Amino acid sequence: MSLRTGAPPNYARRRIVDQFMRALTVVATAVAVVPLVLILGYVLVVGGSGLSISFFTESYKAPLLGDFSDPTLVDPAAGVPEGGANPEDPFANLDLGELTGGTPAEPTDSYGTPDLSQVTSTGGVLHGIVGTLLVTLVGLLLALPVGLLAGVFLAEYDNNWLATATRFCTDVLSGAPSIVIGVVAYILIVQQTKTFSGLAGSIAIALLMVPTITRTTEEILRLVPQTVREAAMGLGAPTWYTTFTVVIPTALTGIVTGVLLAFARGAGETAPLILTVLGNNTLSVNMLEPIAALPLLTYKFTESPFPTEIQLAWSTSFVLVVLVLFINIALRLATRSRLRGR
Amino acid sequence: MSTTSERRVALGNAWTRWFRHGDGLFAAIVALFSVLVVGLVFAVGVVTYLGSAEARAQFGAGFFTALDWNPIETSIQAVTFGAWPAVRGTLLTSLIAVALAAPVGIGIGIYLSELCPRTIRQPLSFMVELLAAIPSVIYGLWGVLVLLPFFTDVLANPIANSLGTVIPALAQPVGTGRGIIAAGMILALMILPTISAITRDVLAVVPNTQREVMLALGATRWEVIWGAVLPYSRAGIVGGIMLGLGRALGETMAAVMIVGNTARISDSWFQPATTAASQIASELTNATSTLHESALIYLALTLFGITLMLNLAARVLVAQLSRGAASSRF
Repeated sequence: MSLRTGAPPNYARRRIVDQFMRALTVVATAVAVVPLVLILGYVLVVGGSGLSISFFTESYKAPLLGDFSDPTLVDPAAGVPEGGANPEDPFANLDLGELTGGTPAEPTDSYGTPDLSQVTSTGGVLHGIVGTLLVTLVGLLLALPVGLLAGVFLAEYDNNWLATATRFCTDVLSGAPSIVIGVVAYILIVQQTKTFSGLAGSIAIALLMVPTITRTTEEILRLVPQTVREAAMGLGAPTWYTTFTVVIPTALTGIVTGVLLAFARGAGETAPLILTVLGNNTLSVNMLEPIAALPLLTYKFTESPFPTEIQLAWSTSFVLVVLVLFINIALRLATRSRLRGR
Repeated sequence: MSTTSERRVALGNAWTRWFRHGDGLFAAIVALFSVLVVGLVFAVGVVTYLGSAEARAQFGAGFFTALDWNPIETSIQAVTFGAWPAVRGTLLTSLIAVALAAPVGIGIGIYLSELCPRTIRQPLSFMVELLAAIPSVIYGLWGVLVLLPFFTDVLANPIANSLGTVIPALAQPVGTGRGIIAAGMILALMILPTISAITRDVLAVVPNTQREVMLALGATRWEVIWGAVLPYSRAGIVGGIMLGLGRALGETMAAVMIVGNTARISDSWFQPATTAASQIASELTNATSTLHESALIYLALTLFGITLMLNLAARVLVAQLSRGAASSRF
């Protein structure tokens, strides 16, 4: 039998299959990247275009028909038309056009519904920004000691049943639907105190943050070389002293970015907040009462019939997306330089 | 004499060990926080179990197959809570999501780990993982305002008018497009990063000798992947799909905004429906009775149980292959 040279007989078919399947994997990647670009593009472009000073400095204002930059409409005394008005009926000469600042709202359908695009809202989402920061920061404060110290335990006291159980439980907790965590906070806090509150939201968010913080802390602490620990112990330092003065400071950048990642995820959580903080249309900093939150505002405004509020939904998600993108890119840069140094 | 001094030394050692050196105390404190993490998981289980006592006592296991969900008494229907609409909606949306996301996610994993040029591997991986970082409410917003109009015009109506005349599940009316199929599509997008990242990670730990042997036999790149790489990592990929399924089952916001929140069973999958998570989110805060509340908590308990099982099974499968490298990522 001679050694075959050249292409085998079915080589053409095999090459076509090869190239076809490889092309399919490229298509699959494009299928993931295109929606990502579309979602980010819509949020950044549409949301970004709606940003203004009042968006960040005002709280919710009910949307109104007409342009209220006209002072005559704000001041009722200036708004009464000169002459012609029946003294017994001050509204006789007022028509919709004057009420809306000279641009009559044209009925757009046979039912006479005014054009909803003429409804304007001058409000912003300051209450949501304040609420989200408060709820997420308090949640972070609650989750931080638990996550950090449990992470230290996993990294420093490996190979025992408790470490295995803890690892499994962090997996379960991060895999549990966030709505279930919301239900737990609802039963434990909202039902007991008989009021929705920012604090209940913080506790739900904290439960969701704990597994992230625990696992990133463990992973980052494991990157600290064992020789560093041995050097400290060789100088007579006990384990706890080594951990707090040598290991954690060495890994601090990584831990901080992990905590920021947990913060970003917490800030974007919506489902547990529906059951706990409920939302609030005014600026409030009372954690024992319902409070506003950015993702809740996005949710609420999405269902709004008014284009002006849908614009608010896009702009609110712009703020959320920028926060998430910023923290994720920071994390990526921080861990990359760490890996390069290793 | 000597025993006393020995005991004093021993006491001194214990004192030194616990309080001056402090290591025992330190170990106890960090272990305590670990126990706390374990306790949190138990708390979630216990609280939802106790909270659902009333519904469990009243309905038992028949809860999941009972057809009617009527929180408000009307002249024609009494108050009753049956979870089948929610169970059906949850299963259908999740299965559609997995059916769409699994092939695509595995394709992405293969491309990232086997075929992609080294220079764009990192940025591409990052972009796919970014899909997982976007808050779910933004998927909902984008789904309602951008995907739904496109979906009804380009996909739903043409399909309902052609295939729908034969298959009842794809029949008209499409309406606003809110329904099981639209929700499944958004969920598919959301679980894509889970499946692709785990596929990529389990493919990365396939020993190079597997590939080299196939290459030495004259195989093409695809034949190497199909014949040597994928069979080796099959269990891990299945694990990734199960984790994706777990995420789809419990995903709330996208479902609440897109599935239509109607606890009713329609023939057409284009019609509004409900999922367990969206039913909890939309009804728990304004529940009409303690039984209503309890029934919703029963749903939450079930969701928790199912995702716990899925996570357990998936992690066993993934860990078998990658020895923790991939499982620690999620």
